[in-house]
Amino acid sequence: MSQNKVQSEPIQNPRVTWEGCSVLLDVNNGDRLLFARLSPGATLKIGNKNCSLHPLVGCPFGSLFQVENKKEGPNLCRFVPSTEDNHVQEKGDCPIKKETKDNRAIIDNNKAQSLSGEDIDAMRRHGATGDEIVEALIANSATFEKKTSFSQEKYRLRKQKKYAPRVLLRRPTSFSICEAYFKKYPIRIGFMREDTLSLLLSMANVTANSDVLVVDMVGGILTGSVAERLGGSGYVCNTYLGSTPPPMDIMRMFNLNYETCMRVVRCSLNDLCSVHNGIFEQFDQHEDSSNAESQTSQTTVSETTIPSVSKSCKPPKAGENASEKLLKLWKENGFSSLIIAAPELDAWSLVKDLLPVLSYSAPFAIYHQCLEPLATCMHNMQLGKMAIGLQISEPWLREYQVLPSRTHPCMQMSAFGGYILSGTRIHSNLFSSE
Amino acid sequence: SNKCQGFSLLCFLPKEARSLLLCVLQDSLSNQLAKTHLSLSLPLISASQFKQLASNFSYSLYINKLSTLGMLATDPTKKISFTRCIRDGDLVVVYERYDTMKAVKVCESSVLQNRFGVFKHSDWIGRPFGTKVLSNKVLESGTGSGSLTTSLARAVAPTGHVYTFDFHEQRAASAREDFEKIGVSHLVTVGIRDVQGEGFPDEFSGKADSVFLDLPQPWLAIPSAGKMLKPDGILCSFSPCVEQVQRSCETLRSSFTDIRTFEVLLRTYEIREEKIIRFQCDEGGSPVSHPSKRKQHPSEESNAQKNLCSPVVMARPCGEARGHTGYLTFARLRCLV
Repeated sequence: MSQNKVQSEPIQNPRVTWEGCSVLLDVNNGDRLLFARLSPGATLKIGNKNCSLHPLVGCPFGSLFQVENKKEGPNLCRFVPSTEDNHVQEKGDCPIKKETKDNRAIIDNNKAQSLSGEDIDAMRRHGATGDEIVEALIANSATFEKKTSFSQEKYRLRKQKKYAPRVLLRRPTSFSICEAYFKKYPIRIGFMREDTLSLLLSMANVTANSDVLVVDMVGGILTGSVAERLGGSGYVCNTYLGSTPPPMDIMRMFNLNYETCMRVVRCSLNDLCSVHNGIFEQFDQHEDSSNAESQTSQTTVSETTIPSVSKSCKPPKAGENASEKLLKLWKENGFSSLIIAAPELDAWSLVKDLLPVLSYSAPFAIYHQCLEPLATCMHNMQLGKMAIGLQISEPWLREYQVLPSRTHPCMQMSAFGGYILSGTRIHSNLFSSE
Repeated sequence: SNKCQGFSLLCFLPKEARSLLLCVLQDSLSNQLAKTHLSLSLPLISASQFKQLASNFSYSLYINKLSTLGMLATDPTKKISFTRCIRDGDLVVVYERYDTMKAVKVCESSVLQNRFGVFKHSDWIGRPFGTKVLSNKVLESGTGSGSLTTSLARAVAPTGHVYTFDFHEQRAASAREDFEKIGVSHLVTVGIRDVQGEGFPDEFSGKADSVFLDLPQPWLAIPSAGKMLKPDGILCSFSPCVEQVQRSCETLRSSFTDIRTFEVLLRTYEIREEKIIRFQCDEGGSPVSHPSKRKQHPSEESNAQKNLCSPVVMARPCGEARGHTGYLTFARLRCLV
């Protein structure tokens, strides 16, 4: 437990951002999600303007910012929602209020708004805040009063999103990273939805002090999630086919601290199996000096130096080659669990090679976007009596909109998030009579 | 001080909901090395109601899976490995069939009775985990509880803590025993309190990273939960009925943000090896499918080979499925500073 002490240093307080940290920006309440790094000079494009992200450094995660029009240009200002600002939502909180209006007389001819684009630009130049512009638009709308209260709410929200956009500063976590990728670039994570990822972690029983073997061909999101759950204890060993490890870019978004990164190692499939089969004689230890990082002069786990403030811009690197000592340890004890997420590789081929290095009674979880490879793999495992509790599951997730008198499932839904084959490795029994 | 605190909940969450919950809560749990806090509250039902409910939910078996020694490796000395053998006093999982599990505490002099026969525990001691064992006679069964608490304990380990509150004394005592058996009692503290009526204890104010509620009227506990949470801390509430969800969300809106409600289910598939008859039509247009029923000419033999029944592995969703378990509502405490 000695490695825990270092983390109490104030420099990397995970509740507050720091220069160079990775953040998830939520523009206009979910309309647009993007990752950014708060490096000096970083900007965010909103509408057609670039705003500096500098005001976000040193603020707590969960802080809200609003784009304000300053003389120097648009600026992100820290914005604390007061109770009056909740009026939009509070309006929605009166379910019993009788709705007397409807839209039968409202004609949509684009002529309801009397303020023109030039008027709005002029207001901006005079330093009007976004909120003031929204109020002006409402005041100059001929149809606003005729709308139902729900409609008015929608209108106000639409105008606010355009003229006073808000940015929420969020901490990247396995859930939010997975959700964002699934929406924007699902192919990079093999179409693995966030609930599927969470199931993988649970089914493989990822916990403190585990040695988790991972085949990650989904950009590093799996490795990062496992490392996050391990929290600086145990190890996650990334194994790969061939001699080049697959890209792990997504891992850098997790803001994993030094201790956690040191627990992420890698070893090629060949090396792992060779060591396990006892035929690997000479181990070429690649002490990757760049991985040892400028941040610390120590490479042993039990002693760590506190990274200095000026170097905290660079995230600690994970993914050093597994040492001979570790490989020996794993050969003796086996891994505590196995997770595979490799869309291009055949599940059965991997399982054949990797199951022997897994401890007896250790769980495994194999993800694939297609059913057939998992079905074949499950069938072969049943024939070979290699595992118990084999199950193929398909997770289903639906989000709801919950508002007074307007509760229903969301109109959009993900129909598919992949399949998981899970089970527990068993000892091939000498006494078996079956 | 860095003393880790939190609360916990004994809850009927099926594993897919539980795993989703853990993943979302990971935001708060990620700071495991320093402080990890979880706040939850127990449902206010009697022990017999609980037992009845537990028997209907297959999730309750899941906890047994977790309790296999070494799988809950929060204690490094109990880590799973090739060299680790079954010992007297171990809590193990016995798979009676490929899909039926049972938790058993190994005791030198005990036996396990089920419909497959009588199995002496002494036969198991010294064997490696994952071993299959044999037997002779008939009967029995039972399972545990506290499955969500255990999952959370697993997630906050090694330095976090989970505090759990139940208003039923007997239930709380039973839970304490279970955690002891499973080996998470160093991570979990069970307290007796009516959180719906009184809220959480003041001593935890502002210290919780997360709160989990599984109550019939969670909106009554939400204001207190808000006081316990750190800014940007996460709350999760589990409710089977949509009216409860609506009321909870209304209450959440004043001090919480990012309020989202989900439903999560798991669909399972069965695998079969089926013999599929592949056939080709001959020149006459009639399908040639059963070579044994026709007189074969030598030239036709090669064709006949093509028409064999070949086994194909096929997957099909299971006919039985759970339609609903409950709604999970997540929210974050607003930053007001």
